[in-house]
Amino acid sequence: MTYGQFLLVAVLAVPALGALAVATVPRDRAARLVGTVAAGLALVPAVLLGVGDHNWFGYGPSPGVRPWHQLDLPWVPGLDLRFHLGVDGISWPLVVLTALLTLLCCGYTLWRVPAGGGSGRALVALLLVVEVGILGTFLALDMVLFFLFFEVVLLPMYAIIAGWGGADRRRAARKFALYTLFGSVLLLVGVYTVVAAAGTADIVALTGGAGLSRNTQLAAFTLLAVAFAVKSPLWPLHSWLPAAHTQAPTVGSVILAGVLLKMGTYGLIRVAVGVAPEGARWAAPVLGVLAVAAIIVGSLVCLAQDELKRLIAYSSVGHMGFVLLGVATLTTTGLQAALIGNIAHGIITGLLFFLAGAVKDRAHTGALDELSGLRETAPRLAGLLGFAAVASLGLPGLAGFWGEAFAVVAAVRRGGPLWTTLAVLAAVGGALTAAYFLRLLRRVTHGRPSPAVDRVGPGLAAAELTAWVPLVLLALAVGLVPTLVLGYATGPVEALLEVVR
Amino acid sequence: MSVVQSVDNVALLPAYLAAGTAVFVLLVDLVLARAGATVAAAGVGAVATAAGAALTGAGETRRTFCVGADCSWLADDRAALVAVVFALLTLGVLAISWPLLRSGPTPVGEYCFLLACSMTGGVVLGAAGDLITLIVALETLTLPLYVLVGLRRGSVASAEAAVTFFVVSVVATTLTLLGAALLYAVTGGVHLGRLGALFGERPELLDVPLTTAAVALVVLGLAFKVAAVPFHAWAPATYDGAPLPVAAYLSTASKLGGVVALLAVVERALPATVTGPVLALLAVLTMTVGNLVALRQRRTVRLLAWSSVAQAGYILAPLGALALAAGRTDEARAAAYAAAVAYAVFFVLLELAAFAAVVTLRPAGADGGTLDDLRGAARRRPWVGGAFALALVGLAGLPPGLAGLFAKVTVVRSLLDGGAGWLALVVAVNAVIGLAYYLRLAATLWAAPTADGAPAPARPAGAVAAALAVATALAVLVGFAPQLVLDLAAR
Repeated sequence: MTYGQFLLVAVLAVPALGALAVATVPRDRAARLVGTVAAGLALVPAVLLGVGDHNWFGYGPSPGVRPWHQLDLPWVPGLDLRFHLGVDGISWPLVVLTALLTLLCCGYTLWRVPAGGGSGRALVALLLVVEVGILGTFLALDMVLFFLFFEVVLLPMYAIIAGWGGADRRRAARKFALYTLFGSVLLLVGVYTVVAAAGTADIVALTGGAGLSRNTQLAAFTLLAVAFAVKSPLWPLHSWLPAAHTQAPTVGSVILAGVLLKMGTYGLIRVAVGVAPEGARWAAPVLGVLAVAAIIVGSLVCLAQDELKRLIAYSSVGHMGFVLLGVATLTTTGLQAALIGNIAHGIITGLLFFLAGAVKDRAHTGALDELSGLRETAPRLAGLLGFAAVASLGLPGLAGFWGEAFAVVAAVRRGGPLWTTLAVLAAVGGALTAAYFLRLLRRVTHGRPSPAVDRVGPGLAAAELTAWVPLVLLALAVGLVPTLVLGYATGPVEALLEVVR
Repeated sequence: MSVVQSVDNVALLPAYLAAGTAVFVLLVDLVLARAGATVAAAGVGAVATAAGAALTGAGETRRTFCVGADCSWLADDRAALVAVVFALLTLGVLAISWPLLRSGPTPVGEYCFLLACSMTGGVVLGAAGDLITLIVALETLTLPLYVLVGLRRGSVASAEAAVTFFVVSVVATTLTLLGAALLYAVTGGVHLGRLGALFGERPELLDVPLTTAAVALVVLGLAFKVAAVPFHAWAPATYDGAPLPVAAYLSTASKLGGVVALLAVVERALPATVTGPVLALLAVLTMTVGNLVALRQRRTVRLLAWSSVAQAGYILAPLGALALAAGRTDEARAAAYAAAVAYAVFFVLLELAAFAAVVTLRPAGADGGTLDDLRGAARRRPWVGGAFALALVGLAGLPPGLAGLFAKVTVVRSLLDGGAGWLALVVAVNAVIGLAYYLRLAATLWAAPTADGAPAPARPAGAVAAALAVATALAVLVGFAPQLVLDLAAR
């Protein structure tokens, strides 16, 4: 086993063993500590995966996926399932983001366990299992394995929402589970549509179409795209998201928005577009129109929202719309915009949900009517909220800018009346995004303190700052130096588009 | 032709052992008259049967009771697998019966004897090579159950369940027999292999209306045994009225019996052009109706009963691929049968674990009760609750219940290989509906207990806990190494 293969196994094994260890440690606080240490240890191999030489050597025509490291073991030959992991520039930033957010969430839980009845120990264990599922999804280079990890996330996330969520958590959790299961069963059918036609489930071999007939590709892309659209979520399949976000505990929302949604967009790029490129070209206009509809609808709904977490949840619909627009253009610029948009949204929305959770914990309400004047009583919290909101609306120099701007640029460059119209509408949506975030800030931070806000003290706990500061720094770093993400993604994206075109 | 047949006794070893178990149990009960000894005798017999079947299956295929090339007894790999599964199921059901037998009025000797008889039917069923042996074996499997269902003395529900089951089952058997008789009238053969060959050689036989009627009668009669919709109405009432371990046996072993019989006739005897569409329709109806009705159930065993109706639909689904020409290539057919067998094996394992967990969580000798009776059960008993949830999640086909996930994957894969994408989509959508009620049951286990609070039941008997632990461990094992089951099923 080479060094790279060891890292790949370690990235998955450390959180999995950590979850087991957490389950066996009897004392609650000690167990949470063990879980946090495991999450921290998992970050190490995740980062190390990206360090080193990334040149790709090989003979013959270059494939569409050129993993830096890979591990390929047989598992269930009867189902064409191989334990095939690999990492490249498309997946690595997401892997690091996942490991980082899980660590921050575990650390946050060390400080405060959300009310709701469940023990903190179980919550940390579930967070680690969710991490295994998400990391596995990003690392899988076998379609069946991808599906398997895609499914692993479902029930632990359900349990997190149902066990530690708000008042209406059971309904929200059930809605989440059923909607996303609907997505994953379509994924299953889509995966085996491809496997039955191609005789292999290896993503490296399949990327580029691999001789699949046009009809197979259309059917497979339709199934896969709907499956990923539910997860992303793409309007009009998004209705599970606001309910789940509003009811989920803070850490649940952070993971959900930060990385879980990315499984959908990542899958769209790696699996759906990669394996069925002809289907992707065929469906691109539909995807583009739906993406722009998501941007506009998401922004308009946000303008009318009066609940803090619900507003941020709906803003995710709009932001993921930009990501999907980038994918739909099927250009280098568009895919790169999608990738950096993914990362930026993960960082910023993770931060926003942390802050919204902090506001709700202190004021005991999330209703915008009952919140105002936060900067009078808690200036630092209000400042951070302002920073996150401004980053999210896409101010140049912060992380949110690149994904949205370049998705629009990609659509313009694609040319033609349809794509130009879509670009214009998306830009209007971007302006609306600014409008609702500024409205949010005006309502929450400005004005005279409401009775609920009056009780809020100015202090921030050290644990909170520890969880937030890395995200603030990353939002700045990705905004100022986008090559942090794009530098790794350029090669893989061009390789992918080479075989897809 | 010689009148004297040579009989291959090695091939018959599993059947001897199973039947011997029944006699042995009767003797032990007569001589020792102690509950523990009787149950132990039955358990030893079941283990011996499993071992015997495994030994016979390890060698090459053996045939006996042959007339020319047609044999009534085919001890092949599939037969060995079926016999081993039946014997192990019987062992598991015996283990979870222990609190019931210890607690009270159930006559131990009769109970164990009947269970062993039923096991004998199951063991013979797997090896049956002609329609008559098949039907007799299936009846041997079912007949003792009429009595076992009614064994809860003084319970009207139990008696009602027994009568319902008896009447429906006898009608179903009659239909199958009539179908077999008509098939004989058309073809002059009753051996499965001979029927298959005849239909292959003389396709004009298929145009005779009588053939269609005969095939339909055989398939529909067997569909009763599997509790496929629209022949399912007996199942929920019977399961709910029966003692819990018997309900477990009904929903695992008895259902498996129906599946094995159906597979045998569809695979070897009957023309796929006729059976394919019928089975596809049955599968769609069965899983959809089973899942939709299960959504509304408030009683634990009824919920499990309806869910097992739906699961029968998933088992039948791969055979539905035979309805299409693409599904009738040799490769696709073999994949479809293997998928059905594999799903059945995964299913009985998870179902047995689920029932064992219900038995553990309920007071000794009680019925399944309502869902509310299980509120907060996992908070009192985290390990049992976890095992129960794992079984339920497996039945829903999701991780961490990997065994169930791979079962669903196997079915979907075989359907897509057979070109029946629409049926795969139906299976997929049904999996979503199924999750809704499995999740409700699993979430109830962790819900806050009601104010009055169900009394904490006594510690479960060791035998039940052991059965639950073994079933769960096996489910986890085949979850990580599903190839074990797939290999066995494909042989």
